[in-house]
Amino acid sequence: MGVNQPLGDNIITTSLDSLVNWARKSSIWPMTFGLACCAIEMMATGAAKHDLDRFGIIFRASPRQSDCIIIAGTVTKKMLPVIKTVYEQMPEPKWVVAMGACACSGGIFDTYSVVQGIDEALPVDVYIPGCPPRPEALLYGLMKLQDKIANERNSFGSSIGLGERLEPAA
Amino acid sequence: MAENNRAVVKLKERFADALLEYKEHRGEVTVTVKKESILEVLKYLRDDLRYNFLSDVTAVDYLGQEPRFMVVYHLLSIPNKDRVRVKAPVTEADCSIDSATALWNSANWLEREAYDLFGINFKNHPNLVRILMTDDWVGHPLRKDYPLQGPDREPYKGRLS
Repeated sequence: MGVNQPLGDNIITTSLDSLVNWARKSSIWPMTFGLACCAIEMMATGAAKHDLDRFGIIFRASPRQSDCIIIAGTVTKKMLPVIKTVYEQMPEPKWVVAMGACACSGGIFDTYSVVQGIDEALPVDVYIPGCPPRPEALLYGLMKLQDKIANERNSFGSSIGLGERLEPAA
Repeated sequence: MAENNRAVVKLKERFADALLEYKEHRGEVTVTVKKESILEVLKYLRDDLRYNFLSDVTAVDYLGQEPRFMVVYHLLSIPNKDRVRVKAPVTEADCSIDSATALWNSANWLEREAYDLFGINFKNHPNLVRILMTDDWVGHPLRKDYPLQGPDREPYKGRLS
């Protein structure tokens, strides 16, 4: 009946990296976490017109279920411990996207109360310029993150004790 | 003119020795009083002249002048639809003033903010701790001699400092 055996008795061969990376990049679940005006653009990107869902990107309300955190907005020194806590609560593997000028570098807020770029505290994978970036820019940044995930080597194997993780060439 | 303002007339009668200055600018009346009598003046304005709403407490740093700080109270009379601004000079050496929390509960957070950002001590405040900056913050950022980019960074010296 129907799709009970869509592949029949066939066998598909692939590498573990390809399979794992394909699964990971096709279901990036970002943390629902916004800090400033960039969060409005992030919401617009997730909404119907731009529709992050079609990339398998579904915002999760818990860091325990998230793979990615989009730092969407100005990071104040008072907020930094909160962001660090959320990041530490996320299970590996996890990725960080710095969205907008403030998250990348502090932006216009060159002042005592603002962290001059989230890369002072978290390992950033993708920087997205703009103030705020348009939804297309965020989409492009997330597609770059997908490319980066797709190029990882032995990330899964190393996590179960098989060899070393190979850093992809930048 | 400020001399004809009802609050100024009454304050001149009653607090002649505490009233330092009064003026009116663009319809806004400002009276400056000695900080020792700030609570009496505020209580008189609240109870007798019906300035019943404290809309703001803040401070100004006149770095280089003496006294250095000015604590500013903005009062609104809801029944009379009238406002008055009360200021009290505070020196850097004795950087304290009586808390207005005894008169208005709304002074609580406003005075905490002035303490946090200007370092003015409000005597008899029930909980004088920082409200905006982190608890372990050193210094008071809205003071004019506080480095804009923070004490742990090189100060801005032009483009791409």
